[in-house]
Amino acid sequence: MKAANLGAFLVMTALVSGGTKAQNLTADLSSHVIGITTGFVGANLVLFGSTDKAGDIAVIVRGPPTDMTVRRKEKILGVWINGSSAVFHDAPSFYAAAASRPLTDIASPESQARHGLGLENVKLQATRQIPEPRLSEFRAALLANEEKIDLYRAEVAPVTFLGEHLFRADMFFPANVPTGSYSVEVDLLSGGEVVSAQTTTLIVSRIGFSNGVFVVAHRHASLYGFGALAFAVAAGWAASAVFRRV
Amino acid sequence: MEIYLPIAQMPVDPLVVLAMGALVGLLSGLLGIGGGFLMTPLLIFIGIPPAVAVATQSNQLVAASVSGVIAHWRRRNVDFKLGVIMLLGGGVGSAIGVALFAKLKAMGQIDLVISLTYVLFLGAVAGLMMVDNFKVLVLRRNMPIRRKLHEHNALHRLPLRMRFPRSRLYISALLPLMIGFVGGLMVAIMGIGGGFILVPAMIYLLGMPVGLVAGTSLFQIIFTTGITTFLQAITTHAVDIVLAAVLIVGGVVGAQVGTRLSHLLKPEYARLAHALIVLVVAVKLAFDLFTQPENLFSVVTPGGQ
Repeated sequence: MKAANLGAFLVMTALVSGGTKAQNLTADLSSHVIGITTGFVGANLVLFGSTDKAGDIAVIVRGPPTDMTVRRKEKILGVWINGSSAVFHDAPSFYAAAASRPLTDIASPESQARHGLGLENVKLQATRQIPEPRLSEFRAALLANEEKIDLYRAEVAPVTFLGEHLFRADMFFPANVPTGSYSVEVDLLSGGEVVSAQTTTLIVSRIGFSNGVFVVAHRHASLYGFGALAFAVAAGWAASAVFRRV
Repeated sequence: MEIYLPIAQMPVDPLVVLAMGALVGLLSGLLGIGGGFLMTPLLIFIGIPPAVAVATQSNQLVAASVSGVIAHWRRRNVDFKLGVIMLLGGGVGSAIGVALFAKLKAMGQIDLVISLTYVLFLGAVAGLMMVDNFKVLVLRRNMPIRRKLHEHNALHRLPLRMRFPRSRLYISALLPLMIGFVGGLMVAIMGIGGGFILVPAMIYLLGMPVGLVAGTSLFQIIFTTGITTFLQAITTHAVDIVLAAVLIVGGVVGAQVGTRLSHLLKPEYARLAHALIVLVVAVKLAFDLFTQPENLFSVVTPGGQ
């Protein structure tokens, strides 16, 4: 299913960059793949671009969509337990924004909402009807939680212009980034509206040893289980053998 | 330096994990406890998802109990027959426990059940131990001595009586079976070996000679933790072998040092320290259950973050 999504996405990207809009906006990443190895501590990517029209640039990075469940603790018989909950369908698993000027200065409230510019405008769709103010509470809790674990970024990183047409933005991905296909959307704004946009894909995947472990754990679970056991028994035996001689 | 855990999907400082493993191992060697009830909360505290913490902890306990049993076996302190009966119950217990764990996790109540069982079991055990210690240390009374070789309670007379020559017991096999079952449940749900409840149960309910209790409970813990590790690996895929490896290295070294130091500590003080640690963990968990949490909301993503 992931491969199908990715395929659809690539086609879309090709269409967008081949379309008329791309004429006055081109951008690309320093790398389209982030590989998570055993020593992975996060990654820095640079986004380069050029525009032949005057305007401001906003960049939105979204992680692969996922369902997120928010649970609220309630007091029942004196004990705090998980009570009501909300499920947000296809919430971005990662969110970060960059802009050449404060988002509120360059985009009208409508285009901020429409294009998901700024953390408070992240599109979160609850799977069932939840009355206000409950829904807003759940929404705010999700944003706060993801911000706390560094997967949603509230502060907007700078996009700097090098001369009149060239721009760049530095983007940081923390060590706990979810794997999957990311979309990096570059918007050219003028007069508070998005006048041109381009989307690029970024793949975050485990590589090397950590990928091997993950794949075996999921696809060859019995083998993995036996391996884990054999390792533990051997380690326990080795420890007592070694320490017996000390 | 940090290493990336492939299953927990997060980086950790291996020195911190190593130190945690060594500390818990030291305590377990020193006091003769498994230490799982300390390790699981510690892992959750450094941000490991609870499911990964519980599953990985069971893998680490396999190594710790193998190493422990070998030491006891050399001193002929293991009653294999009784251990096998206990692990029959334990296998059933851990299979039911893993299924229950998956179900409760889907319902979002696994954290509550973990906390409640901890508070209940730890509180009860700590209470019993404190009463005993109070008698020994304050009232200067000796630990209860078995007056006769065959001191039976009503439970011993349940059907299916069996002889256990090593422990010099003639009791119903249902009793060790039930104790093993509870132990297996606890391994699966709480990610602990359950030694802290098995040991008193074997002393007080079975009337086993105290010298055989630690080795025999560890013997059955190898199997319950082993079965649980395997079942977790094939159902929740939450066993993180990299995390387990670091914990095992720290744990076995700590345990060996602890065992060597344990003769410096008088048994009654070791028991008192054990009871105090159990009590502190129980009180802390109870406190968390009954006070309003700082953050009422929690977020769960399928990735387990």
